[in-house]
Amino acid sequence: MSNEEISKEMKELLKQAVAPVQDAELRRDLWPQMLRKLEEPPLPIHNVPWFDWALAALAGAALLFFPGIIPALFYHL
Amino acid sequence: MELLERFAAGDLEAFEVLFRQHQREVYAWILRIVRDSGIAEDLTVETFWRIYKYRARFKPDGNFRAWARRIGTNAALDHLRHARQETSLPENLPCAPSPDCAVARETRGLINRAFHELPPKYRLVAMLALVEEESYAGIAEAAGISESLVKVRVFRAVRMLRKKLNSLRPEVCAK
Repeated sequence: MSNEEISKEMKELLKQAVAPVQDAELRRDLWPQMLRKLEEPPLPIHNVPWFDWALAALAGAALLFFPGIIPALFYHL
Repeated sequence: MELLERFAAGDLEAFEVLFRQHQREVYAWILRIVRDSGIAEDLTVETFWRIYKYRARFKPDGNFRAWARRIGTNAALDHLRHARQETSLPENLPCAPSPDCAVARETRGLINRAFHELPPKYRLVAMLALVEEESYAGIAEAAGISESLVKVRVFRAVRMLRKKLNSLRPEVCAK
């Protein structure tokens, strides 16, 4: 079976399982919600929990000492 | 001063005008990716929040619509990444109208499961290209990648889906 046939077959299977969106009409105005979000105070940096910083430091160290994992990381992101 | 220039300069009224002009289109685009109206509304607001936050990066002679769509795509992709382990596609997704809409519920469930297990960047292009039938060029512009990379990702997504389906239930792919 060619790649094109496989793609076509998979497309048909997918479209039977997941129908395309029929009604994408927005039912309400989102501006009031937008205004509320704009008025929210920015999150101060010291609100970030310590374990997030620790995780970031660990991840940074891992990338520094084992740069070989960078391509694998990009692949999975 | 033109609307886009006023927006880039931080004029909230200009932003409101742009918001009202584009909210429906951004919402509809995001809905096609996340397939949940509540989440799509939240992500539309998040998209415009990012647009306002990064307004200084927008060139007033640029294409606001394309810029908004790209930011919306990124917001939806972020959502897919974070929601990956927590949510799944609903079981009762409507079946596409077709003469043989009798792909069994179980089979549909397997396809949904396999699709949901795709990495988010592949799910994004597969959803838009295979289900929504958006053009590769349109997807490329919205995702900020080349058209050829979209094709590669669709191809890989199909390959991964087929492999997953084969491992879940061989007869699905043998149909």
